[in-house]
Amino acid sequence: MTEHNHTDGDEPRDDRTDEPSRDDPGPGVPHLGRDEEPAVYGPDYRFDLPEDLDESVVTETDHPIGDETAATPEAEAAVPDGGASTAGEDLDPSNYDAVDVFDTGALDLRDGADSCYKCTTCETSCPVAEVDDSFPGPKFQGPEQWRLKRKQDADIDESITDCSNCMRCDSACPSSVPLSQMHNEARSEFVEEQMEKLSTEYVRNRILSNYRFFAAIASKTPRLANFVTGLSVTQWAGEKLLGITGEREFPDFAEETFREWWRERGGAQVENPEKRVAYFHGCYSNYNTPEVGKAMVRVYERFGYEVMIPPQKCSGTPMFANGMLADARRHAEKNVEELVAAIGEGADIIASCTSCSLSLRQEYPELFDIHGIEDVAENTFEALEYLRIHEDLDGALADASLDGEELAYHAPCHARNQGLARQAIETFDDVNGVAVEDVGDSCSGISGTYGWKAEKYDYSMEIGAEMFEHMRAAEGEVGMTECPTCAMQMEHGTGYDIRHPLQLLEAALVD
Amino acid sequence: MAITSDVLVVGGGLAGITAALSAAREGADVRLVSHKQSTLQQASGLVDALGYVPHTRTETDTDPAKTPTAGRTGVHDRPDPAGPLADPFAAIDDLPEGHPYRLVGADALREGLALFDEVVEGYQGAHTDRNALVPTFGGTVKPTARYPEAAAAGLASDDRPMLVVGFRSLTEFDARQVAARLEAAGVPFPVVGAEVAFPAAFRDGAMVTRLARALDLDESIDGTPARRALADAVDPHLDAVDGGDARVGFPAFLGDDEAPAVRADLADYLGAEVFEIPMGPPSLPGLRLADRLYDALDDASVRYETGVPVVGRELAGEVDGSDAASGRLEALLVDRKGTEVPYAADAVVLATGGLVGKGIDSDRQGVREPVLGCHVPHPAERYEWYVDDAFGDQPYARFGVDTDERLRPLDGDGAVQFPNVRVAGATLGGADVAREKSASGVSLATGLVAGREAAAEVAR
Repeated sequence: MTEHNHTDGDEPRDDRTDEPSRDDPGPGVPHLGRDEEPAVYGPDYRFDLPEDLDESVVTETDHPIGDETAATPEAEAAVPDGGASTAGEDLDPSNYDAVDVFDTGALDLRDGADSCYKCTTCETSCPVAEVDDSFPGPKFQGPEQWRLKRKQDADIDESITDCSNCMRCDSACPSSVPLSQMHNEARSEFVEEQMEKLSTEYVRNRILSNYRFFAAIASKTPRLANFVTGLSVTQWAGEKLLGITGEREFPDFAEETFREWWRERGGAQVENPEKRVAYFHGCYSNYNTPEVGKAMVRVYERFGYEVMIPPQKCSGTPMFANGMLADARRHAEKNVEELVAAIGEGADIIASCTSCSLSLRQEYPELFDIHGIEDVAENTFEALEYLRIHEDLDGALADASLDGEELAYHAPCHARNQGLARQAIETFDDVNGVAVEDVGDSCSGISGTYGWKAEKYDYSMEIGAEMFEHMRAAEGEVGMTECPTCAMQMEHGTGYDIRHPLQLLEAALVD
Repeated sequence: MAITSDVLVVGGGLAGITAALSAAREGADVRLVSHKQSTLQQASGLVDALGYVPHTRTETDTDPAKTPTAGRTGVHDRPDPAGPLADPFAAIDDLPEGHPYRLVGADALREGLALFDEVVEGYQGAHTDRNALVPTFGGTVKPTARYPEAAAAGLASDDRPMLVVGFRSLTEFDARQVAARLEAAGVPFPVVGAEVAFPAAFRDGAMVTRLARALDLDESIDGTPARRALADAVDPHLDAVDGGDARVGFPAFLGDDEAPAVRADLADYLGAEVFEIPMGPPSLPGLRLADRLYDALDDASVRYETGVPVVGRELAGEVDGSDAASGRLEALLVDRKGTEVPYAADAVVLATGGLVGKGIDSDRQGVREPVLGCHVPHPAERYEWYVDDAFGDQPYARFGVDTDERLRPLDGDGAVQFPNVRVAGATLGGADVAREKSASGVSLATGLVAGREAAAEVAR
């Protein structure tokens, strides 16, 4: 994993000068991502190598890709495309086994773009492209745009801001092209370099991304905040001034946050150095739905776990979706530091929000190079997933009984991406007194902040229409999902109360 | 504690799903895991069994092993394949030894198709053993055992005149070329291709899923409902074919969930029968088939997970990483975003696909089955993996895992490598499904046997 020169976000944006810095990779090279290493134009192995080749090529690495002087003339003639081969020691011809196939030289293209064979599976899985025919789809946003930028100093197409970051393309791609990573990098470059910082859209997106900041303030006086956000004048102003849709009601802030409850309660009720988990509750369980966090604690303590609640910031999910990588990195640094410390005390990390767990597991190591970030990724689990792996959950539920509950379950896209789309259905399948029905594999349409944007609201509801319809067709009038914003959308579209699987587990297992 | 099941099926394509359904019918508790979303959405939705018996190299070359470039016969030397076959079952004995059909037999194919017919609604072809001839978007005619109802009015054995319509924005489907090729193929009816100006309201290059959705919901396009607007665009071309009432073939985007209603409305508006011509990916017929098969898994109480690649295995009695002698698999290690989770099972079905589906992998050193490490027989000399004739008898096309008749994988010495593993579908060696037009049938026949065998393994 490499450094991200332009996303080291602690510095204010204004500090950036217009002059290309030494780190600036130059035109034609994405500023973010894995390819900012200057290219080494490989030698032509059909010729005898000069004695001093290694040295001369290492010197050349100071030149950016696209700089005409970067390649020695004979090497340039021999290599059809640039690449990101890194260092002088790789230039030993015996390290290359492809010489007799690509006799024009060594090809070293970025594997993500190369792995794409344009099967278009990502496009059929894209919920936005299905309703918005002006959106060119994940294949364009990822591999194609990346290739375009390679050869010329092209701007990022602004349609990248129409991607909702549901990341369904990732789990669709049979070639494991890192589509969402490419989208995140392109989006960040667009926001950082092309988006007008005083525009309503930028300000709005910054506010939506930094939900935690505003939620923390609102939670100081939750009743006042709920009163104000509940006013129709607030919704009107949100739409007119900021482009936040007036169609949705702002979520209520809890009168007691999860962390306040935790302190009040005196922290962990179970001590067990053998079985420790660190709970990443995320912003929403803390400020809006502390009952989910409480359910997590009670269920895990029921299985004998010592629960730790490390200090934490936003997982970064809304920031990724809005191209605010600098903000996300700032939060990630704090999270990684705290979570690595928890891992050091023997804990695994548990998230109850599937977007939080996906962020820690996938986006963190893909986008940031922070000490310990891989450890965090490898030790993070979704709450139900972890119990299913480590406890005899079916056995514990065999004697449980609920009072005839019927729930319409929607699997969030980000759960799908972790292979978790069916776990809630499976877990409650044989439990007495509860029927959980899968409402299908469509996207809820809200995708975090996407459905909150006034210009995206209608698309968001069109995407969600299938889910609403299936929810209504299902028995019962209660919904269930792991994702807080999917829950908002489910409630918005049907008026149902929405629960989290942990709450159902709590009802079944905790007295 | 591992995640457990009686039978664990690896692979979410036609072979894996068939194996899972087959094992569940035997009473086993079945779980299916798939690395990615099912690649059925890239499939045409046609279910072939055996369309051709192509020549094999040994018939034309006396000594294929003589030189490294042996078998590189010129295109001129290639004899025509036998076919298109009317009866796929009768031709199975003409296939080379080691072909999956030769292992499991014609009855397995029959039963596999029967299982398909039972669980998948909206398909035709079960009334006969004979192949149907279905036009494809390349303008060829494909012998196939089962086909979606949406394609039924387009059969090439039917002699009614045919109008094929295409759309400028849908560049991969060239209606005039489809028609010209069908004519060149000697179909027994007049056929004309026309390019029409729908869907003008959509951006060029809009996804077929967008078009299908508009038709599903009959969205208003500039004030006209989408189905009516489409019919209006096609209507002026109806007279283009000589011979009167034409049937009208569309690229396969006529709705997704509401496809039958979309076709019925179009037929009503046009006063002609309407059918779809299957396309390459993105394929609506493939998506519809995948939906039906996954519904069938649900109905059979098969649990499934997608997005979870198998990255390792644990053998019974394994100590310190050394393989135990029995070769019995105890668990597979499944990757969940960097964390390996053991999935324990009494029997495993390997249905991970072939060279295209990445169930068989190769590099300059050799050919491998990457999930379990099953032995894949192949010539050590890389130049013997292929011949120059692109459409000839390519050795690599038949690369895959060798099994006994119970579909247990065999090692290099012909001994059973993993006694509680069964192999199904394209992961098996011996078939050249692209030339034979046999991919679906091989998956159904071997999936059926592998699932049944795996369930029997559990019972032991």
